[in-house]
Amino acid sequence: MLCSILCALVALLLLTLPELGQRILTSTLAAGKNFLLIIPPVFVCVGLLDVWVDRERMIKAMGDGSGISGVSIAFLFGVVTAIPIYALFPVAGILMKKGCRLENVLIFMCSSASIRIPLLLFETASLGWELAVTRLVCNILVVLGIAWFIGKVVPGTEKMEIYTMARRL
Amino acid sequence: MIDTRFSFAFYILTVMLLIVSFFRSREKTVRALKKAVKMFFSILPQFVSVLVIMGVLLAIVSRETVKTVIGTNSGMTGMIISGIVGAVALIPALIAFPVAAELLGNGAGLAQVAVFISTLTTVGIVTLPLEMKYFGKKIPLLRNACFFLASFFVAAVVRLVLA
Repeated sequence: MLCSILCALVALLLLTLPELGQRILTSTLAAGKNFLLIIPPVFVCVGLLDVWVDRERMIKAMGDGSGISGVSIAFLFGVVTAIPIYALFPVAGILMKKGCRLENVLIFMCSSASIRIPLLLFETASLGWELAVTRLVCNILVVLGIAWFIGKVVPGTEKMEIYTMARRL
Repeated sequence: MIDTRFSFAFYILTVMLLIVSFFRSREKTVRALKKAVKMFFSILPQFVSVLVIMGVLLAIVSRETVKTVIGTNSGMTGMIISGIVGAVALIPALIAFPVAAELLGNGAGLAQVAVFISTLTTVGIVTLPLEMKYFGKKIPLLRNACFFLASFFVAAVVRLVLA
């Protein structure tokens, strides 16, 4: 729906304002090239995860009642995963399908977005270790806090709906 | 450059996993690949939407614009503007850090730059359609709002510690 509206809009721009339309088309295609470069391996890994990891094991590791160890696994899994955030969503989806707790899915996703290790090294190199370490400590608290908060605030029915959606992946 | 090196390593890792998987079970590997293709096509519309929004933003707002906006504004207004720019922009962090370093060198405020980096990495307005495909409406909105606010907290701490 949104997709077709947007495409129609760009087509309209190409006809009415060819110059701007052309620029938009060029930058969209450039962004698309980056997408297509990173997306195939992500989906292949998600597919492999789907067929090789069974639900029971995932629930034990990161599901309800996995406690601190589940949180730690999600966190560690997150900080070593260095893919763009739009590529993280499918991974998060498959984690939910396998029965990973919502809080842990969020911890995985958000720690990967803000604390990933390759990024940290790079941040230290360009902005100095004081800034990097301060941000690291803050980010750990923020990620854990927000994951906990969302888990608390979102009603059970909403969670059920999302997990049913994930089961159909 | 660094970006392509990362994706190269990722490809190698994926191929290795595929080979291991193939030797352990040919049937399961084929199923995994089929699943990958199916999942890719089921979210393709959302991907295309994100791409088009990105394309429009990139065509209208250049990196130079981002630099001037964050570089010249100071105080709370500057922080809020930096936060919004970071929330909307989709620059890979690997490119953002050198830009941030440059901004700092040119006299931009530490708090503004800190807010910018935080929202850039954790808040994604453009990718919302994708996020909603997996998480419904409520969680993505809540998550992005929380991280937007948290960016100001992080910036405040950064300023306190590094002042």
